[in-house]
Amino acid sequence: METLKTISGYFATIGVAFTVGFLFMGFSRILTARVQNRVGPPIYQNLLDIIKLWSKESAINHGLMQHLGPAFAVTASVTTLLFIPVLRIGNWFQNFSFEGDLIFLLYIMVFGQLGMALGAGQTGNPNSAIGVSRGLSQVVGYEIPFVLALTALMVYHETTSLHEIMAAQDSIGAWNIFVNPFAFVAAIIAFLGMTHYTPFDVPFAPAELASGPPSEFGGKYLGMMMTSGSIFAFAKLTLFVNLFLGGASNLLELLAKTLALYLIPVIIGIVTPRYRTEQAIVFFWKWPTAFGILSILWVVWMR
Amino acid sequence: MEMNDKDTLTIVEHIKNFARRHSLFVLAYGTGCGAIEVPPTMTSRYDAERFGIVGRATPRQADVLLITGYLSVKTLKRVIRTYEQMQNPKYVIGFGSCTINGGMYWDSYNTIKVLDQYMPVDVYINGCMPRPESVISGFIKLQQLIKAGKADGWKKYQENLDWYRTNQKKVIKNWNMPDYNW
Repeated sequence: METLKTISGYFATIGVAFTVGFLFMGFSRILTARVQNRVGPPIYQNLLDIIKLWSKESAINHGLMQHLGPAFAVTASVTTLLFIPVLRIGNWFQNFSFEGDLIFLLYIMVFGQLGMALGAGQTGNPNSAIGVSRGLSQVVGYEIPFVLALTALMVYHETTSLHEIMAAQDSIGAWNIFVNPFAFVAAIIAFLGMTHYTPFDVPFAPAELASGPPSEFGGKYLGMMMTSGSIFAFAKLTLFVNLFLGGASNLLELLAKTLALYLIPVIIGIVTPRYRTEQAIVFFWKWPTAFGILSILWVVWMR
Repeated sequence: MEMNDKDTLTIVEHIKNFARRHSLFVLAYGTGCGAIEVPPTMTSRYDAERFGIVGRATPRQADVLLITGYLSVKTLKRVIRTYEQMQNPKYVIGFGSCTINGGMYWDSYNTIKVLDQYMPVDVYINGCMPRPESVISGFIKLQQLIKAGKADGWKKYQENLDWYRTNQKKVIKNWNMPDYNW
């Protein structure tokens, strides 16, 4: 009975993540449309796109690795999600979280992108290759401030467990966004790079690269990648809520906090043009990295 | 489309059909002057995205091939190649008089006259140029055809491939295209 409950908890987590993910993406499309004085698609449009892509009757592939690339992406998204405790209390959405989960998450979060890179590499499309090289360069850019910010949190709380970091933030004054604002700034700018909204959307650049790495993926492959994108968006948002906003004790609170975080990249994305790759890397290595170092100094000074 | 034992659509097929007609990824092949009507259709004034119509940059991801205007023999070759790279089910919209009967290029020496002889067209939008309103009404017509299960040009193309190939090779003299396994 206990096992059954745990397993159904995993599926519930994935279901919640997918639903919230595509609804948030639909919401961002409506928001963009309203800013551009349009009506915009219905909020469930992304679900329709995914169902449509899954029901395509043909899906061409150029070899085994292209077949595995989207599968890697889905695997990495689901794994990332299942190692993040979704709620701070209760035993329904705790999943596989364990003592050292933050370090594990740092590694597993880039796994999907590496799989995608291998898959896109086999298609032989030059746009894919350029997109992959830009995307991985950008990863090199934003991983440094992200790791610096997480290190500051780990040092401050003397733990690598997400549960204990959440438990330490028991009141609003103890949230890490207020305790260590420099780490939050560094991490949220790195988050802009992870979400691939403008100004950091040069790997996918639709007008320039024909959508970059996935340009040779159609039908079910693209459907898998969009599914994975929805789940991964929710996983990242939950991770950030756990780290900086003290986690959530019920799903409604989680929804409010994740939406508030999600609006940051979306709204910045609506009003900004696009950075080139080298500009993006210079930016990541300059400002958020400075904030990351400052956050570590802040922790040293605080203790 | 799959039918159940009462000769109506199965529920899965209903959902698929709904998703297909409300999520149309468009590859706008700007062959002629019609391409100028596509940006206003997509942007703020006419906002095709509210019907789920979104532009896509590659044929692999697209559902609808929008042929905007006349096709010279040289572009026809590229369009055929693009069309064959798209994934089933796929639809073609012929845009403007040029795709119907040649339009103002009816006596030109290097444009094709009737697009339907070279690739299956599901919906024609007439006019020279059709305004964004008529483009959107053409898309609505395509949605109705998909709903009724009549937008099956891609099946006709596979069934009558020899006839289409003969017609294509009649106008394209230097035929050196690869065979696709779509």
